Amino acid sequence: MKSNAVALPTQEMLINMGPQHPSTHGVLRVILRTDGEVVVNAKPDVGYLHRALEKIGERVTYAQYMPFTDRLDYLASMNCNAAWCWTVEKLAGIEVPERAEYIRVIVCELNRIASHLIAFGSFTADMGAFTPFLYAIRERERINDLFEDICGNRLTYNYVRIGGVSADLPDRFLEKTKEFLDYFEPKVPEYNKLISYNKIFVHRLANIAVATPEDAVAYGLTGPNLRGSGVPFDLRKNEPYSVYPKFDFDVCVGTGERGTLGDCFDRYMVRINEMKESVKILRQAIAQIPEGPVMAKVPRMFKPPVGEVYFRAENPRGETGFYLISDGTVNPYRLKIRAPSFVTMNIFEKITKGLMIADVVAVIGSFDIILPEIDR
Amino acid sequence: MMESLAISLVNAVPVLSGVPLWTITLLVMIVVAAVVLTFALTYAGLATYVERKVAGDIQARVGPNRVGPVGLLQFLADGIKLLLKEDIIPTHADRFLFALAPYLVFVGSFAAFVVIPFGMGLIASDLNIGIYYVMAVTSLVVVGVLLAGWSSNNKWALLGGMRCCAQIVSYEIPVGMALLPAVLIAGSLSLQDIVRSQGGLLGIFGWNLFHNPFTFFSFFLYYVAALAETNRTPFDIPEAESELVSGYHVEYSGIRFAFFFLAEYGDMFVVSALATACFLGGWHVPFLNAKALPAVWGNLFSLGVFLTKTLGLVLLMMWVRWTLPRLRVDQLMRMAWKYLVPLTFFNLLGVSLWLLLFHGKGIPQMIASLIG
Repeated sequence: MKSNAVALPTQEMLINMGPQHPSTHGVLRVILRTDGEVVVNAKPDVGYLHRALEKIGERVTYAQYMPFTDRLDYLASMNCNAAWCWTVEKLAGIEVPERAEYIRVIVCELNRIASHLIAFGSFTADMGAFTPFLYAIRERERINDLFEDICGNRLTYNYVRIGGVSADLPDRFLEKTKEFLDYFEPKVPEYNKLISYNKIFVHRLANIAVATPEDAVAYGLTGPNLRGSGVPFDLRKNEPYSVYPKFDFDVCVGTGERGTLGDCFDRYMVRINEMKESVKILRQAIAQIPEGPVMAKVPRMFKPPVGEVYFRAENPRGETGFYLISDGTVNPYRLKIRAPSFVTMNIFEKITKGLMIADVVAVIGSFDIILPEIDR
Repeated sequence: MMESLAISLVNAVPVLSGVPLWTITLLVMIVVAAVVLTFALTYAGLATYVERKVAGDIQARVGPNRVGPVGLLQFLADGIKLLLKEDIIPTHADRFLFALAPYLVFVGSFAAFVVIPFGMGLIASDLNIGIYYVMAVTSLVVVGVLLAGWSSNNKWALLGGMRCCAQIVSYEIPVGMALLPAVLIAGSLSLQDIVRSQGGLLGIFGWNLFHNPFTFFSFFLYYVAALAETNRTPFDIPEAESELVSGYHVEYSGIRFAFFFLAEYGDMFVVSALATACFLGGWHVPFLNAKALPAVWGNLFSLGVFLTKTLGLVLLMMWVRWTLPRLRVDQLMRMAWKYLVPLTFFNLLGVSLWLLLFHGKGIPQMIASLIG
């Protein structure tokens, strides 16, 4: 006899996560097909913040493009500024004074800490713990104060210039930075105590959205997301630029300490540990920084030679690359930006299959994506 | 109780003797209900203020400090703001259910205040099925929440409503099971009887919390399950603003939203009050026989003690909320069915055996009888 039980008809649900959603870190839209709470497919739909930054690059001069790089990854403007300058300098063969390079490294690493703080804070907020976010903001505020001393701005700095930096460091800046580092260093273990090893937090992150090392490389993950999968690749070490070879620091990689190698927890932990490494770099840079000029001689009508160049820098979110073709005029002929967050979205669909809706939020947070960079 | 109040009122004021007794009873009922509701609303308002202050303290910031002295009147300002806001009903919402849902949630949460023993004689209605009554009316919240989620015609709200429903229904079981030891000890479902059973001259050791090891665990099991039943962090997945935007009340605005909000704080109070009444000795003043005092003082004292204990537990909930992250929905369900339900069953069995073996005596009682 056949059973009388009739399975209730169920239907997959199509949900738009975003473009307005508190956890998509901006105007990312994720098209979720779910079976109840389980995600069948999560397809990221990007482009809501497109500002044609690459096309604008063809219409402005090399120096004028600087403020646009601020808007590329607004949580790490200094790094974007510097990456642009290094690209142009590589193209034109400009020799930058050593002090300027040291200053660049200092501001870049400070900005890396600030950016990772936001990543840490917003990620924990996504996981439902709102308090660490406020702590992260408190620390970041002090970095913003330092940057305000340098260039008057707190978010879009526009400080690094082609050939150097716009101005020398203000009085007492290095002391203040040191004070900040002394204040900040004990905070990292505090975060770990408060939230990183919290049982609920670990349960939410361990074994979730595993990106195997092979996948991570194949899908072009970079930066902390790649290192979270255990691949020790850091451009500051593997393809050294600026004065990074002079500093002693470790490349933080995921170890799968609470779950599988390459899960959300590993990616999260890499960022926490990288803040400590940045502190290390900063201490060395402050100790070693030489005196001297901060600006090379760059002509006012800056025309780089005909040619093309690709430069990539290790930014907080991964490898930010600028591909630049010059036709010898004041404007670039073509500019292509390789934005780490954009490339990261490739793997999104693959690793979110079969997760719960709440895990999609964790994945977005653990990748630490930033939308202006995705859409450019 | 209401009738006896009405009779004593008639005796005290002879003019009223011409009025039919049921009218006076009704009037007394309305007055008592108004007093309870006023208390509940004032408490809920102040609790939002305290919650924000606690959050401020924990998060190294100030919290509300603009309206009134140290921001105390912030909740009034918020209330007025919410009253004056536009009441938006989405075009495709089911208007009737959408409007009904907040009231169900609100009523379900605040009806429970009726049987809470605030003090020696301070209880709106000492029902002989007090605990069942609380469990029953707070279940009304589920209906309201599900209606809210469904009628909003918003997928996030629906998900939130479904989550909330599953969560509350699941956690009702451990909550009920964890409360039963107190019922067993008192031999009554009336909350007032349960509180009375924890009196005696043993001070705080008369509390059910210290009655035997099983009741001790019962309290913690109850508190955890109750946290989940009130949808507070770490179990706030129905609202989960970072996942579901804000869950079942995402489409609500103005005073309808405020109803959900008030209900949440009401719920917090109710579960804390139940914990106090069933495990922490209720309104019993430690080391003091409140009954020996004049009625007014005795009531005031016991009210103060009861509120202190209850609000302490509410404060603990706030502390937990601003410290812990949120569980995932499947982890939450696993916790209810795999851990809390078996553990509470085991505890219930343990308490029953204990009562059978030791003739209803708790450890402190036995020690006391050994000494004295």
